[in-house]
Amino acid sequence: MKPAAFAYAKARSVDHAIELLGTPESKLLAGGQSLIATLNMRLANPALLIDINDVAGLNKIELKHGRVEIGAMVRHAQAERSEVIAKHVPLIALAMPHIAHAAIRNRGTIGGSLAYADPAAELPACMVALDAEFEIAGPNGRRSVKAEEFFKGMFETALGPQDMLISIKIPEATAQTRIGFEELTRRHGDYAIVGLAAAAQMNGAKLKDVRLVYFSIGDAPVRVRKAEAALLDGDIDGAVAALSSDLSPHADLEASSEVKLHLSGVLLRRVAGQLQEARP
Amino acid sequence: MSGTVEISLTVNGEAVSEAVEPRMTLADFLRETLGLTGTHLGCEHGVCGTCTVRLDGEIVRGCLTLAVQCGGKRVDTIEGVSDTGEFADLQEAFRARNALQCGYCTPGMLLAAQELLVRGGVPSREEIRVHLSGNYCRCTGYHAIVDAVEATAQARAGGGK
Repeated sequence: MKPAAFAYAKARSVDHAIELLGTPESKLLAGGQSLIATLNMRLANPALLIDINDVAGLNKIELKHGRVEIGAMVRHAQAERSEVIAKHVPLIALAMPHIAHAAIRNRGTIGGSLAYADPAAELPACMVALDAEFEIAGPNGRRSVKAEEFFKGMFETALGPQDMLISIKIPEATAQTRIGFEELTRRHGDYAIVGLAAAAQMNGAKLKDVRLVYFSIGDAPVRVRKAEAALLDGDIDGAVAALSSDLSPHADLEASSEVKLHLSGVLLRRVAGQLQEARP
Repeated sequence: MSGTVEISLTVNGEAVSEAVEPRMTLADFLRETLGLTGTHLGCEHGVCGTCTVRLDGEIVRGCLTLAVQCGGKRVDTIEGVSDTGEFADLQEAFRARNALQCGYCTPGMLLAAQELLVRGGVPSREEIRVHLSGNYCRCTGYHAIVDAVEATAQARAGGGK
């Protein structure tokens, strides 16, 4: 349980990090809460770790032109304490306490979690539900990618080998915004057996723009569009029934495919209730 | 390629300078290089919490932090925090309530609990359990640990039992 040898470099800036990423077999080190575990288990064996913890300007949380911008190196604990996030992206605030444990949230970063793209992680699903946009820096400049296009598969994203996630931009919540979040775990803070992040807008007495995104159930965050359509009509039973065609859960060590599908329905009923409630 | 990197940091209030391999974790650095074996290692992949130490005042996993990242930082371990007497009351509560048997998880458990306690007030038992969820104990079944943390919170809030 000790890492194999690797070289180590501290990046001085985003450009410097991208330049260093030109080294074969190099990897960025953000919070390290997944990466160092995989190094310890020798599941990863990079030649060079590029530490981006000292790169300035990546740890801000700001409300700008109707969007909350979260720097990639914002720590989970920082986001958990942030008034801007609590007020303007309450779904993230709701999800945050479920993410790992206090000591890990002190160190782990928002950008690191998203770039790692663990299909069991909470934040990727939240970002798809919130229709977030990811700003990416690479050797040919900067570009933006929608969360839905960012997550390609298990630990697979739109990031190229020399790309770095810089920030995440999320539309701010309005008085009409409704959110929901639920997950089932054996121990608080563990990866979920299954989880659901949701966002919607109130349109009079009905919901619109419903986005229901499951995690820990597929290779990437899974939007359940038939269930979303049923929920738009206020048909919760129909939405739960639609999950059997929207989802094809992988069995894992936690639960069989059938159990996961059943639990997905349980979560959907809870989250549908949350979506009806205005937040203070 | 690999080779070592010089780091200077403060460990338990003392200035330390050492050459470390980049692959050395903070927990191994404390144990192997500095001989501070109060920081324990269990799973070595971030699950069990027994390697919990403070980095610049916040608890972190010693096994998920590299020593080379700690240059210029302040690290506090169970030895240092214990010596200052900062949580002597919590340690006494653990002893009084048998909140340990083998003691392997205790250094991490104390440091994690203290982070919750310094926020002030008396957390609910559920809040204590949630805050300690990242620290495994295989002996006690946790009830006595929650008792000790709760009693300490009550005593510090002035309603001591």
